[in-house]
Amino acid sequence: MTMLKEGRPTAPQAVTQSDAPPATVTGNRALMLEEALIFEIGSTETTGVDFADAPKVVSRLGSLARTDAIGLPGLSEQETVRHYTRLSRQNYAIDLGLFPLGSCTMKHNPRLNEKVARMPGFADLHPLAPQSTVQGALAVIHELAGWLIKLTGMHSVAMSPKAGAHGELCGLLAIRAALEARGDARSVILVPESAHGTNPATAAFCGYKVEDIPATPDGRVDLEALKSRLGPDVAAVMITNPNTCGLFERDMKTISDAVHAAGAFVYCDGANFNAIVGRVRPGDLGVDAMHINLHKTFSTPHGGGGPGSGPVVLSQALAPFAPLPFVERQGDQFVLIEEETAQGHHGQTFGRMVAFHGQMGMFTRALTYILSHGADGLRQVASDAVLNANYILRSLDDVLDAPFGQSGPCMHEALFSDKGLAEGFTTLDIAKGLIDEGFHPMTMYFPLVVHGAMLIEPTETESKAALDQFIMALRSLARRAKAGDEALKGAPHFAPRRRLDETLAARKPVLTWSDPALAQAAE
Amino acid sequence: MRYLPLTDTDRQDMLSVIGAASIDDLFVDVPAEARLSGKIAGLPDHASELSVERHMAALARKNLSAGEAPFFLGAGAYRHHVPASVDHLIQRGEFLTAYTPYQPEIAQGTLQVLFEFQTQVARLLGCDVANASMYDGSTACWEAIGMARRITKRGKAILSSGLHPHYVSVANTMAKFTGDALVHQAPTLDAVTDIDALIAGIDKDTSCVVVQYPDILGRIADLTPLADAAHAAGALLVAVVTEPVALGAIKAPGAMGADIVVGEGQSIGVGLQFGGPYLGLFACKQKYVRQMPGRLCGETVDAAGKRGFVLTLSTREQHIRREKATSNICTNSGLCALAFSIHMTLLGERGLRELATLNHALACQAADRLTQVPGVTLLNDSFFNEFTLILSKDAREVVRNLADRDVLGGVSLGRLFPDAPQIGNGLVVAVTETVTPEDIETFAKALEEELA
Repeated sequence: MTMLKEGRPTAPQAVTQSDAPPATVTGNRALMLEEALIFEIGSTETTGVDFADAPKVVSRLGSLARTDAIGLPGLSEQETVRHYTRLSRQNYAIDLGLFPLGSCTMKHNPRLNEKVARMPGFADLHPLAPQSTVQGALAVIHELAGWLIKLTGMHSVAMSPKAGAHGELCGLLAIRAALEARGDARSVILVPESAHGTNPATAAFCGYKVEDIPATPDGRVDLEALKSRLGPDVAAVMITNPNTCGLFERDMKTISDAVHAAGAFVYCDGANFNAIVGRVRPGDLGVDAMHINLHKTFSTPHGGGGPGSGPVVLSQALAPFAPLPFVERQGDQFVLIEEETAQGHHGQTFGRMVAFHGQMGMFTRALTYILSHGADGLRQVASDAVLNANYILRSLDDVLDAPFGQSGPCMHEALFSDKGLAEGFTTLDIAKGLIDEGFHPMTMYFPLVVHGAMLIEPTETESKAALDQFIMALRSLARRAKAGDEALKGAPHFAPRRRLDETLAARKPVLTWSDPALAQAAE
Repeated sequence: MRYLPLTDTDRQDMLSVIGAASIDDLFVDVPAEARLSGKIAGLPDHASELSVERHMAALARKNLSAGEAPFFLGAGAYRHHVPASVDHLIQRGEFLTAYTPYQPEIAQGTLQVLFEFQTQVARLLGCDVANASMYDGSTACWEAIGMARRITKRGKAILSSGLHPHYVSVANTMAKFTGDALVHQAPTLDAVTDIDALIAGIDKDTSCVVVQYPDILGRIADLTPLADAAHAAGALLVAVVTEPVALGAIKAPGAMGADIVVGEGQSIGVGLQFGGPYLGLFACKQKYVRQMPGRLCGETVDAAGKRGFVLTLSTREQHIRREKATSNICTNSGLCALAFSIHMTLLGERGLRELATLNHALACQAADRLTQVPGVTLLNDSFFNEFTLILSKDAREVVRNLADRDVLGGVSLGRLFPDAPQIGNGLVVAVTETVTPEDIETFAKALEEELA
């Protein structure tokens, strides 16, 4: 590789044939190790655990004893540790660098949160343990609920939803229960076209008809179109604010007033609450229900796709319909209101949405994070998240098209499009190029209202130095995509895998491992 | 504010690039009346790591954790020993702090784990395919009912009286809005399961029969006749497993003809955590895979011909099909699936069978000892690691009083079924490998005094 005079390597260049290293017999490349599947390296006779001998008893399994082979390979402890450690090294993660997934919000996960969640007094509690033995856990739920209510300016909160989309279900169920309680059957949910895909899916799942509301050219809900559609058949409007174009819905209060005047409710998708926490209370904007993704706003780790946690804050009008269970303070005691104790005085609850009490392990993490930041810190969180996003927007809008760059400051995420790239070059190429530069790509092709969307959310936990390096990489990629640099089409060049064939995976789905020898014999 | 890296100098430099005088200027689109100028009143300011840890530790100490007492609770959540390496591995930052594997080239670690997890779950439950996990068992159960509705185009689901009452509650909540008719009766204190009654209830409108295995009272039964009857009527059999360790000892529901098998995976690798996060297992026959909710990981090749994994069949999902999606689910329980998969890999088939054998043997010993207590009878003589005792008085009160003696002695049926007072003397007792002979003796003596 060519070196600068200072001894640092120059920018990566296409490797010429003569420079190409020989293949290794193992497929490994020094520290980057290939790892076979457990089904290829383990055996059903191997185990990494030891148990005490079982006392001799007469089996009470009757005729149901499992006699067939299950087909579960085992590994010794060391093999297990190696297998998963090697696999972990093929993952990008927030601990490795900037993870600018717009709308997903990947911020630093403080390790104190993990330590607290693992305290036996929280981690080793059964959900049906007698209430006298879990007063501290109920206190955590109550204390976190108090913060969420105060931060949002709402009346109450339902803690049990398991994730953001589950929270959407909770909000719509409460809305439908409230409408039914007043004998008002409504059938339509209005959803702006910039909404998360979960919004229309949730509304349809609850038996509603979904109608789109268009966006204005400046990336916000078309207020006039919305107002003209309101009527006695509309149950609710599902709105995302700040919205998925990264903009604050300026007309939110006007929208809420119009929706309420029409007898409907306002559901706010709170996935982007981290942009306004401590600075704006959704309750002041007329919101009736909003889920809060604890993993996004309050930094609980998302572990390769979950778990999440989606408590839903509710207005006074919807509070009586909140799901079971919930925690109440009665004098010195915390009481879990569930089926046994809900008789009578909580008769309007729409019921239960999940077996137990929600994501307790996420509650302890979120509360730990909230207490660490405090009211002043959370306000700074929103401030820095928005500052970082606007810094990205203004540092790139001369090389990448920013469709709403003139629509006012962005909130916590900056939106760009593929407009102006060379013929045949797409958002995907820039994303895969970012991988070679050592970054996780931004969110691609979302929101759908913008062609070739690139939605970048840096979050508040990135330093200016990290942002500057990311900006430098993206500026370079934008120039290459505009210049039609063919090497970019082959990116990523340096990842554990080159571009993966997603079409093949969908056309001939292979969803479980089967022994190739047996598969071949069967053909 | 130790998590925020920007300095005031950074902030000023960045504002000058943006062309704004202050951060407040970035919030101009918020209506003035909703813009808060100062901190929200009534909330404390930031705190040091030490003081937050002290506060949370004080709250943790107000709980009696399972490990501090003889512990016999189950009913949908089970205490098993989790090897130390499981928690160590899931805390590796590359797993813990990764997101959904939307960029497969740099998420092969997560994706390969999900592929292995899917295979492990499918084999354990006796099905062709499994998805990459759901929120928990109760929501997976509801999703299975919805999936049966899509497949059969029928809207009447028959729920076994032995199905966990919270799972029934979740289904009832959802059915109010989807229009499904759910048929369910509370259990009686009968040693025999309701298989015959379920078979008798199947008709041409039935989308599925939902049966728990082992059921909420710990009873087990051959599901084959039920599967045959359901199929003969064009309905599906949905089996629910809340204690997957049981499948190391008893037949898999898929092998008995179940079309969809869902479960709560918490038992393996995840821990009690006061109810969540847990892990929904979801598996089915191959022919129904395109009606399945949730994420799927599939095998493919990369541009250089190497094997790799991607999320696939996403045209079922909400981010593509919006209101036509099979489910609104977006998040799965990725980290819990990882913990399950690691624990299952450590066990292997041999370890799982040994674990199941140990659970069953200890449960048999406990049942024998507890039924020596005057005023106690055993409901079901056939069980895996959980059984129901019938006490001479209301079990709710007994459980509360036992807790005052630091014995966590099972789950009362009165708490689970407040609408069915006639079964209030029932106590569901779970026994896992974490229970010692001394625990059993302590429990028996305490119970004897309570019932005296």
